[in-house]
Amino acid sequence: MCRIGAIKSKDKLHPSIALKLMRSQQKGHDDSGFAFIMQDMGGLFENYKDLPLLSMAATVEGTRLAEDILREIGFSRVMQWTPDINNKKGLKINAMPNYVFEVLQYPKSYSHATCEEKQELLIDTAIRLRKVLEESNSGFIYSFWPDTLTLKEIGSPKDIGTYFNLWQENSDLTSHIITAQCRQNTNYDIVRYAAHPFFLEGYTALVNGENTFYEKNKFYQMSLYKGYLGFESDSQCLMYTLHYIHKILKWPIQYFKHTVTPLSYDEILKRNDKEVLLRIKASLANLEINGPNTMLAVTPEKELMCVCDSKKLRPIVIGRDENTVVMTSEVCGINDLLPNRDISNDIYPNEHETILVKDDLTIERWQQ
Amino acid sequence: MAAVKINELHKDELPWIIEYDESKCIQCGKCTAVCSFNAIEPAVETRKTSNSITERGKCEKVLVIKQNVSLENYCRGCGMCTRVCPNGAIKAVRNKDDKYSVAYRAQKADSFKKGGRSNLNTEGRTLDKIKIGRISQMTDPSLDAQRHTFELKTPFGRVLSPEKLNFEVKDGKLNQTKPLPPNRWIYPIIFGDMSIGAVSWRMWEAMAIATAYLNEVMGIPIRMCTGEGGIPTSLLKSRYLKYMILQIASGHFGWNRIIKTMPEMTEDPAGILIKIGQGAKPGDGGLLMASKVTRYVQEIRGVPKADLLSPPTHQGLYSIEESVQKMFLSMNAAFKFQVPVAIKVAASVTSVPVYNNLLRDPYNIVGGFFLDGLAGGTGAAHEISLNHTGHTITSKLRDCYLAAVKQGRQGEIPLFAGGGLGQTGSFAADAFKLICLGANGVFTGRMLLEIAGCVGNDIGRCNACNTGKCPAGLTTQDPNLVKRLDVDKVAENLVNYILATDIELKKLMAPIGCSTLPIGRSDALITVDKHISNRLDIQYAC
Repeated sequence: MCRIGAIKSKDKLHPSIALKLMRSQQKGHDDSGFAFIMQDMGGLFENYKDLPLLSMAATVEGTRLAEDILREIGFSRVMQWTPDINNKKGLKINAMPNYVFEVLQYPKSYSHATCEEKQELLIDTAIRLRKVLEESNSGFIYSFWPDTLTLKEIGSPKDIGTYFNLWQENSDLTSHIITAQCRQNTNYDIVRYAAHPFFLEGYTALVNGENTFYEKNKFYQMSLYKGYLGFESDSQCLMYTLHYIHKILKWPIQYFKHTVTPLSYDEILKRNDKEVLLRIKASLANLEINGPNTMLAVTPEKELMCVCDSKKLRPIVIGRDENTVVMTSEVCGINDLLPNRDISNDIYPNEHETILVKDDLTIERWQQ
Repeated sequence: MAAVKINELHKDELPWIIEYDESKCIQCGKCTAVCSFNAIEPAVETRKTSNSITERGKCEKVLVIKQNVSLENYCRGCGMCTRVCPNGAIKAVRNKDDKYSVAYRAQKADSFKKGGRSNLNTEGRTLDKIKIGRISQMTDPSLDAQRHTFELKTPFGRVLSPEKLNFEVKDGKLNQTKPLPPNRWIYPIIFGDMSIGAVSWRMWEAMAIATAYLNEVMGIPIRMCTGEGGIPTSLLKSRYLKYMILQIASGHFGWNRIIKTMPEMTEDPAGILIKIGQGAKPGDGGLLMASKVTRYVQEIRGVPKADLLSPPTHQGLYSIEESVQKMFLSMNAAFKFQVPVAIKVAASVTSVPVYNNLLRDPYNIVGGFFLDGLAGGTGAAHEISLNHTGHTITSKLRDCYLAAVKQGRQGEIPLFAGGGLGQTGSFAADAFKLICLGANGVFTGRMLLEIAGCVGNDIGRCNACNTGKCPAGLTTQDPNLVKRLDVDKVAENLVNYILATDIELKKLMAPIGCSTLPIGRSDALITVDKHISNRLDIQYAC
């Protein structure tokens, strides 16, 4: 079972905090990996929040292919950051030759483009890069979006931290939001794209559990939007559903819960909004999840969200102090990060609840 | 030497031969009285009393039961004689040298007709080769069928894609501001369309009672389709109408009365089902022999006593678009666009194009696609249709579902599948597997008759529904035969069977960890047949 975590803070956080959060929760044995996404960047990236940031792992050939495509489209490099690699002997990591984190300027022709047009260009470019890297088996593109940095790797979480020198805190690589997953074991092939967190157009998601309606979700999502691809993990479906409800349909985010875990028919009939809820239950039946899943997500508004399955089969706990909110699978992770917090403020969400951490760290709790 | 009349029908050519044990017979007459086909009768045989070859003329008369040999009155193997015989002196034995249907055609110059179901069974049963192979264990917990709550409900009526719901956001809430097509949540089993006329009034009444009881007492929102034969006025005016799906087929039987009663209806019907074709005999229309057109059937249908033939096609419709525009629009309009209007077709190689076309209808008024496979039952049909036309349900249902998937429109027109469900005694398993393959629900008629006491089977027993002489009182209007049916007992058995099926469906949902219907969850299925695996796109197991 994956352990997942999300931290949002008024302070700038270094990824070492994600390693610390996950460390005590680790119980796995196959060293299938560690992954994190940083959003609302600080440090070296703080001054480039409006420009797209490419996160990619590739071979030399893959890096060249990607650079060629970006140049052909008209992107130009503004800034690049390379992790300080510690390739000491005996580390359990299945590393790629190159890790590319670069800030790019939009093509000149986009200087007067709208935000939507720019976003369209980014998703189209990301899909094209992914296709080319996949066909040539030469790398992986994890995110291509402003103010977002992604790193995923296969191996022991502890050793991945050592390899990228992430245990050593510094002020260069920081952000206000970090989502992380310490992959314990995976039941399926160990594939980089299958590692949470997943990212699409400002939406980040991590899911702990088995999506038993994976095939239903996937069959429906395959033709819903061009960005819904891969499906290497059954958990990706939940991110696509969140994106679909919030970005495509433009529905308020609490309707995500009504979509993935709709109330029973009898419960709906007792409500004033029954007409709407019954229509959602029918029209979005293919996006229901029926198994055990807890999902953490980040929205483009930089809010953290937590939603549990309708039977509350997977754990999650939310702890906080004045400056930081932490959501994670097991309370021991929060204890390591926020040992002095008031534990009576910890939240253990129920099966009908959606938790939303606003940008100012206030917490909203909605009952379905 | 005695002349042998080769060209006359002989007992050896009949499908069933009566075995009669004179030594056990007490001559009570029950067997001849019970035989609705007049296939046996008392007779007197003359027998020699001595074996001596020199003595002549010493004979005695013996009363026996004799099998009739005629094209009209012959044994169907229903076994009623055996049931009533106190000593087990009589039984019908299957004749593997049966040539009856050949003789019928040769003498009558007419197509051979029968009822019930196909008896050819060359296609085998795909559903029996599929198992539920995804068992939730350590990755995701399975559920407890007895203790967890399950929701066995499915939408019936047009489901719009989320973009077309046109919800408006106000104060952070979604609001429905425009009218949407009618959509109801029902139990995933529908009592199939058998008309008053095709079945006896007692059988029809038992189904209606069971439907009402399941809804009002057991909380199971099952629906019943009337069949094309109208519906009693008292029921039309009652609150129970909301459980009935009214059927309209090419004969439009009963609709005069339905339309006239509309001002007095207190509830909307559950739906309208436009019947285009029937799985057991695609290409044939409805066929109700005059012998079954009794006075009350005449009244309900508004017809004279005559053979009632629903044409094989809806006269005046020549295309899918036209049927949408004429039939669907008019039926929708008749009930003010408040009642789902669905269509029933025989499964066919053309089902996918039809389904695709309906999915794209711009009015969004097709509320269900009922796909009927060839192993379904029928009141009467030409044997050639019954045995040689039609399409198996499983692959065609899957084709339709996957065609919708390809367009991202699965679930928009709910699919209901039928035709031979429960043929091998596992109705719940058949229903479950079809749901996993993409059906929103299933419908059955034949299973209901079997629950009610039908003695027919797929290997030539009885299948005489067309004669109006049903020995079980199910498909007859003969008052003496209908009396054999205990309405309350049949209703009780139907209710019990659905309750049992409900338990069994949950027993299948629980291990795959599903608390709602696993519509389209083909990942839960496996098959040991490579061809089935390829065709249905489910996992091959060996």
